[in-house]
Amino acid sequence: MLQETRIVLRNVGKIDPVSIEDYRANGGYEGLKKALSMSNDAVIGEIRTSALRGRGGAGFPTWKKLSISAGVDADQKYIICNADEGEPGTNKDRVVLSGDPNSIFEGMAIAGYAIGATKGFIYLRYEYPYIFPILETALENARRAGCLGKDIFGSGFDFDITVVSGGGAYVCGEETALIASIEGKRGEPRFKPPYPGVEGLYGKPTVVNNVETLANLPCIIEQGGAWFSKIGAPNCTGTKIFTVCGNVTRPGVVEYPMGTNLKEIVETHGGVSDGRGLLGLMLGGQSGNLINPSQMDLQMDIDTCRAANATLGTGTVMLIDDYNEILDIVENIMGFFIEESCGKCTPCREGNIRMHEIIHNINTGNGRLEDLDLLEELAETMKLASLCALGQNSFYPVITSLHNFRDDYLKAIERGQRV
Amino acid sequence: MSTAKTDWVVTPEMEQEIISVAKRYHDEPHQLMRILLAIQKIAYNSFPREVAVLVSKETGLPEADLYSYITYYAMFSAEPRGKFVIRMCESAPCHVRGAKAVMEAISRTLGIEPGETTKDGRFTLEYCQCLGMCVEAPCILINDKVYKDLTPGRAAKLIEDYMSGEVE
Repeated sequence: MLQETRIVLRNVGKIDPVSIEDYRANGGYEGLKKALSMSNDAVIGEIRTSALRGRGGAGFPTWKKLSISAGVDADQKYIICNADEGEPGTNKDRVVLSGDPNSIFEGMAIAGYAIGATKGFIYLRYEYPYIFPILETALENARRAGCLGKDIFGSGFDFDITVVSGGGAYVCGEETALIASIEGKRGEPRFKPPYPGVEGLYGKPTVVNNVETLANLPCIIEQGGAWFSKIGAPNCTGTKIFTVCGNVTRPGVVEYPMGTNLKEIVETHGGVSDGRGLLGLMLGGQSGNLINPSQMDLQMDIDTCRAANATLGTGTVMLIDDYNEILDIVENIMGFFIEESCGKCTPCREGNIRMHEIIHNINTGNGRLEDLDLLEELAETMKLASLCALGQNSFYPVITSLHNFRDDYLKAIERGQRV
Repeated sequence: MSTAKTDWVVTPEMEQEIISVAKRYHDEPHQLMRILLAIQKIAYNSFPREVAVLVSKETGLPEADLYSYITYYAMFSAEPRGKFVIRMCESAPCHVRGAKAVMEAISRTLGIEPGETTKDGRFTLEYCQCLGMCVEAPCILINDKVYKDLTPGRAAKLIEDYMSGEVE
């Protein structure tokens, strides 16, 4: 049985989420206070020592993102908290947003101080309508206590946060699409560079970070980067919040050190529910991977997963029981990407439709053996030619299931040919 | 949809309300989404042309841009919808926990298919993507309220409570 290591979720379930007194009684805003007594460079240096990497899926070093924006001269800079948690199988950010919003505000203020930004935005997905009032009440309370707003703790540093809304577009989790959406446009991604760190919201340097990444910052500043770097795996420090879901006995949102073994996670959560067998697992979200049970002995950190052709991604661990069919799940997933592709670039718009069509054909007994090569070829095109991470990743459930459940594909094709 | 279009009239009271919400745009352009979502709630959970004309006049945003915007984001509808918009999550985590059977139960209870509105104009049924309740799947959103851990039986009972007016 695994025990949780709670850093990001330190206060969740223990405090009144909107109460600034509760948050401060548990050490809240001590990290920000300490940061304000340091130089901007020293704050970034501490984060560098921690080796924290972005928790939104890509795993980019957080200090580097901050350092790029810190190095640009501009009259205004922005910190954006990406709370557009749209990856199916992921609801970790919801738990932090609704359970301990101040940890996010504090992280944003620290990041703001580090790069010289005075304004922050939280881009909250509309599918969490009940979280808007929580964030807004918590913000108001934090302002009243002088933890946000003008001249924070008498340091001369100003920082305030505004909550804005998404409109039900998965692609707005991509940073340039998210920025376009705040600017009042259709949330379509654009070509990078320029990166948002240099030219972001309203053309100004902007750091976009995931909820979980930001909520780590207060602890890193308060307890030191060296302390943080000892937790987790080498090159992939700290903890990760996992969303354990699907056909599992004890689903939950839990925080384990990076590098925790997948098999142990599954066992800790009681394995497959209702005494059924395990067909496979979806890792890292719907744009992640479908693996079979024999691949479960896996260290869950960014690099080990990548090397094993799996994904840590957003920390999704979804169990699939043997009452399901893998092809049916893949068809469902590709239906999602048809719906969510913004349509701007052809490889993604058409690629997802064609992949879905081929999977549907195989699934309904109209598949051909050559379709399997066609899927590989399509995936390669999407990977190389898509504009953003959506089209560059959406084929992974197809390709990984094709590799890890090849027999299911062959059987479905054979079944069709016999009729 | 069998409801005649003439049933959905944007009344002068609605117009007033729409204009007053749209005024917020001048001070808070970054809140366009929340402003338009609030406006959508005023007239049949929808954003028809008549509404776009009013919003365009107040904000200065071209009608074509507004149309482009509301047809892009899944939370908007240019077509009138019921007082209660029921959204059933169809993403994989709900799918593997029996979302289809839950949808069938809701659909049977209301007597409409996904994408349709009941004749009395009270309920619209839609599929949507992940609602972020994967650890308590399957789930639905009715307007701004989320209902989780559903079974076909529980879902049917919930919809019946809405139909009888027991839940508002």
